[in-house]
Amino acid sequence: MYNFDVEMPTSIADAVKALGREEAQPMSGGQTLIPTLKARLAAPSVLVSLHSIPEMKGVCKNDAGDICIGGATTHATVAAEAVDYPALASLAARIGDPAVRNRGTIGGSVANNDPSACYPAGVLGSGATIVTNNREIAADDYFLGMFETALEEGEIVTEVKFPIPEVAHYEKHLQPASRFPLVAVFVAKFADGVRVAITGASENGVFRWTEAENALSGNFSASALDGLSLSGDKMISDLHGSGKYRAHLCGVMAKRAVAAAS
Amino acid sequence: MPKDHGIGASSKRREDVRFLTGEGNYTDDINVNGQAYVYFLRSDIAHGTLNSVDTSAADGMEGVVKIFTGADFEAVGSVPCGWQVTDKHGEVMQEPRHPVLAHGKVRHVGEPIAAVVAETLEQARDAAEAIVLDITHLPAVVDMKEAVKEGAPKVHDDLTSNLCYDWGFVEENKAAVDAAFEEAHHVTTLELVNNRLVANPMEPRVAVGDFARGTGDHTLYTTSQNPHVIRLLMGAFVLGIPEHKLRVVAPDVGGGFGTKIFHYQEEAFVTYAAKVCNRAVKWTSSRSEAFMSDAHGRDHVTKIQLALDKDNNFTALRTDTYANMGAYLSTFAPSVPTWLHGTLMAGNYKTPLIYVNVKAVFTNTVPVDAYRGAGRPEATYQLERLVDKAAHELKVDPIKLRRQNFIMEFPYATPVAVEYDTGDYVATMDKLEEMADIAGFKKRREDSEAKGKLRGFGVNCYIEACGIAPSNLVGQLGARAGLFESCTVRVNATGGLVVMTGSHSHGQGHETSFAQVVADMIGIPEDMVEIVHGDTANTPMGMGTYGSRSLAVGGSAMVKATEKIIAKATKIASHLLEASEGDVELKDGAFTVAGTDKSVAWGDVTLAAYVPHNYPLEEIEPGLEETAFYDPSNFTYPSGAYACEVELDPETGQVTVERFSAADDFGNIVNPMIVTGQVHGGLAQGIGQALLENCAYDSDGQLLSASYMDYAMPRASDLPFYDVDHSCQTPCTHNPLGVKGCGEAGAIGSPPAVVNAVLDAMRSGGKDVGHIDMPVSPHRVWEAMNS
Amino acid sequence: MTQLKMTVNGKAASGEVEGRTLLVQFLRENLGMTGTHVGCDTSQCGACVVHVNGEAVKSCTMLAVEANGAEVATIEGQAAPDGTLNTIQQAFQDHHGLQCGFCTPGMVMSAAALLKDNPKPTVDDVRHYLDGNICRCTGYHNIVKAIMAASGQDVSAIAAE
Ligand SMILES: Cc1cc2nc3c(=O)[nH]c(=O)nc-3n(C[C@H](O)[C@H](O)[C@H](O)COP(=O)(O)OP(=O)(O)OC[C@H]3O[C@@H](n4cnc5c(N)ncnc54)[C@H](O)[C@@H]3O)c2cc1C
Ligand code: FES
Ligand code: FES
Repeated sequence: MYNFDVEMPTSIADAVKALGREEAQPMSGGQTLIPTLKARLAAPSVLVSLHSIPEMKGVCKNDAGDICIGGATTHATVAAEAVDYPALASLAARIGDPAVRNRGTIGGSVANNDPSACYPAGVLGSGATIVTNNREIAADDYFLGMFETALEEGEIVTEVKFPIPEVAHYEKHLQPASRFPLVAVFVAKFADGVRVAITGASENGVFRWTEAENALSGNFSASALDGLSLSGDKMISDLHGSGKYRAHLCGVMAKRAVAAAS
Repeated sequence: MPKDHGIGASSKRREDVRFLTGEGNYTDDINVNGQAYVYFLRSDIAHGTLNSVDTSAADGMEGVVKIFTGADFEAVGSVPCGWQVTDKHGEVMQEPRHPVLAHGKVRHVGEPIAAVVAETLEQARDAAEAIVLDITHLPAVVDMKEAVKEGAPKVHDDLTSNLCYDWGFVEENKAAVDAAFEEAHHVTTLELVNNRLVANPMEPRVAVGDFARGTGDHTLYTTSQNPHVIRLLMGAFVLGIPEHKLRVVAPDVGGGFGTKIFHYQEEAFVTYAAKVCNRAVKWTSSRSEAFMSDAHGRDHVTKIQLALDKDNNFTALRTDTYANMGAYLSTFAPSVPTWLHGTLMAGNYKTPLIYVNVKAVFTNTVPVDAYRGAGRPEATYQLERLVDKAAHELKVDPIKLRRQNFIMEFPYATPVAVEYDTGDYVATMDKLEEMADIAGFKKRREDSEAKGKLRGFGVNCYIEACGIAPSNLVGQLGARAGLFESCTVRVNATGGLVVMTGSHSHGQGHETSFAQVVADMIGIPEDMVEIVHGDTANTPMGMGTYGSRSLAVGGSAMVKATEKIIAKATKIASHLLEASEGDVELKDGAFTVAGTDKSVAWGDVTLAAYVPHNYPLEEIEPGLEETAFYDPSNFTYPSGAYACEVELDPETGQVTVERFSAADDFGNIVNPMIVTGQVHGGLAQGIGQALLENCAYDSDGQLLSASYMDYAMPRASDLPFYDVDHSCQTPCTHNPLGVKGCGEAGAIGSPPAVVNAVLDAMRSGGKDVGHIDMPVSPHRVWEAMNS
Repeated sequence: MTQLKMTVNGKAASGEVEGRTLLVQFLRENLGMTGTHVGCDTSQCGACVVHVNGEAVKSCTMLAVEANGAEVATIEGQAAPDGTLNTIQQAFQDHHGLQCGFCTPGMVMSAAALLKDNPKPTVDDVRHYLDGNICRCTGYHNIVKAIMAASGQDVSAIAAE
């Protein structure tokens, strides 16, 4: 690791200020950033820890009935406390391993937008809203591609707001080495339609499978997906699976998610 | 009644207490006053001409002590290879020079080019980033069959080609084998890959070099399975340090699995640099470095054929294997695909005619050498996959076909130059059939099918050659070392013993099991026996631990030394008892005169040895300390039968191991608990190879599985509980304990059972693909099911 | 350099660290507590697991400064002051849940965290809880068995020798 200073602000305002320093970078759980620093693939001169900011922690419900999760809330806390949104709690409970879940956070995951991360599927699949220090961004406008988001330099994810669907489920097929998803599908059924978000598969990161959404909005059952398929062309192809295999898994995982949700 | 102490007891491991409380002493826990740290700048390309290494910008950077490049090591020896194979034309193998730091050329990703010694590791790394390399890229050779083609880029310009050797075994039999194939009623042919693996002991390698200018003494602390071997290879061949000025210490070592046998450049580097810099130099491998610098394992591509007569008797076997050596010859690399592989091709079967051809090939990849099982898993996998394939082609029960061809009489001389002393393959197969509950399989398959899954059952046998090895034999076969083992037993005045063994323990529990043997022989409590290992300063010259040899060879040396102790103690006792030596016997820690109630305790005899007041000084020397060296007269031949049951999800291709049964014959057993644990660990590695692990390169020689993000290590949730039995025991006939060795069996015996089970499951789903390569990943299964 | 203070195994500990110093480096290098191990650089092996304020964390993936003021528990503090092994440690020895011992500190600390949250886990719970702890020696059989035994459950049905 290159050396850096560490700042530990206790409010969002102080964090934003600290991020104004030259080459500053936020760190939340560090479960992605610290391994990256070890490989010397990042060289911030100041790390701004978001870990000691009480207003960025915790799970609560707002007046609209949304579940609001502070950006620095760990996966373990979401798993334990998002009881009103069991599919989301279950997603959080299956990220990595217990020690990772005790540190890693929703804000870090959503900011990082790893093409194989779990939360992006939950956030996009729920039609959640990403709240930052200066605006709110709809999930549909937030994920812009592999490791790319709508966040500006120095902008931090302070909260994510999830509307609660009627039913939902997250189905994950593991990449055997990293234990991230090889392909995972989040399906959520709302009164006004169904959302299907897929992670792990596309070279462009998390995406919605609109064809499946349309089919499921009319008939929320696994059989509604019969005959639907995705092309493997723009899908990730690596040691663990070809694009074609990933495309196939999207269908299988989507059906299983629907079956488990309904 | 299970025994509660001594040979045969599941004594709790004494080493556990320090490991469970954080008091283990691993190499990285050792820090020498004033030590500096080294960071190796490694090649990130597979093949290139190294035009220059410019350290000028780095030299003056903060904390830098000294920067070394290949030029600094020109006068130093090359990293030696410990085995010379002679090919089928009687020519010796091609043996390239293996520099400590790359010089002239880089030949694999991860090869060290420069080494920065600095006050801190981060400073060393900072300076390494400022080193400017001028490298001309050359095309890389990765695929073995491409590498041996005319005109392929050469890994070593000074060798005639990339072919290290072309070995034929037994060459004189080739014509007869080919003739048998001409006459065969049925021939089964199989082409397969034995996937490249990374051993991945959880402790990465570490080396700390220290030098005392005042005395000229060198010390190397290193994560090794065999400190004396490192002392010999590094001292004599690389650095020219006489052994009496070089101490090598391998303290607690966090697993080895073969990859810590070899002498590596980093060990030579820190030892050399400590003298040049006049201060200790420490290197701790990161896991990422380990992936590109620890010797890899396996990596064979094989075509194998079996000839059968009309009654399904095996009449001949022939194989054609390409074995990857990587870019350089690691310490024992040439022996693995030859003498540790070809000699095992008879397996458990009385096939009368066998011919094995192995082409060892240089490629632009990390060197490949022994990994748990070394050669024997490759032999077992081919043979047991082939026999299964033959059974399906012939529509006979795979177990029946195996039983029909079992070797039934011992000793049995195979057509591949070894003689099995004992074994009972029927007994282990009988036991296995009982353990695997074959009768219940139909129901279990129906239950799986009700869930939309397929279920498969697979079985295999294995034989291995352990307890390496008779020195005169291996000498004829090209080993440049003896393979004896040593032991010194020192009895203290008050009766306690210090047993100094040349074996090394890096998880095998020798401190417990070796003590059980000695305590049992004398009839004293185990805690009166201390086992010392791992330091060349206080143990006799030993060859270390690998090839499941510790108890069979090291234990035999210990028994011999203890026998010498007992013989001398009996003499002293007979003097004290005023009886004739022939009438005195040692039992339960006391010497008694036969037919009388006269006795003298062990402790009184040992005290007399060191306080020789009433002592036959004119006949025997005072003191009680003996050394023995044991050189085995043959290999040992553990064997067994394994069964695996898998469930396969046809939609995703995911395979899970539902049951695994292992019936082994290890001969006599000293500590059943430890033996069972050794089998468990081997099974996990074998199942890992079959389902998960894959060390892959792309065509440019870039390592694709370079960390745990892409190299799938088996986790607890990937594995079942195992059902392990070792009640079938045909003791080894040629070592005093009758033991055979158990460390590698699990890794050797399990991959074919898993793959056979997967293929069975696929067949039950209507898809007979004949073969599928390891690792049997979901992706591969799905592709095969949909091909 | 930052001056740190924390409680390690109930005792006050302090030292000077850089921003980049990892908690595991602070433990091993500053405090000389080498029981906590490092087995990887991608946060996967779990050899480094310790408890910070009662929660299992990978000490290789946490900055030392982030543990300032925290209660840290490591393998060195698990046995009683007189050296008597705790229930989990004793179960690991009784059931041969370790071989080379390198993964063991992390395994024991993870097991302790599991049993705190889930005192009577199922075999499946144990196996999944260990997703972040890699052992290369034991094949996990005896680790899982030891943890089940430490939870006070009957393990006689799990195959032994
Ligand atoms: C062994 C292991 C297994 C894992 N398995 C999974 C898995 O199965 N599924 C999965 O989804 N993930 C997995 N992860 C990743 C884990 O979930 C991470 O915790 C997460 O991706 C990043 O969260 P973090 O809080 O640790 O972020 P950090 O590592 O702190 O930061 C990640 C990035 O986001 C930025 N950042 C952090 N917080 C914010 C913020 N609030 N606003 C703006 N930018 C911010 C940082 O600057 C950095 O660039 C795994 C990680 C490990 C080590
Ligand atoms: S050292 Fe591997 S997870 Fe921490
Ligand atoms: S005991 Fe060796 S890694 Fe677990």
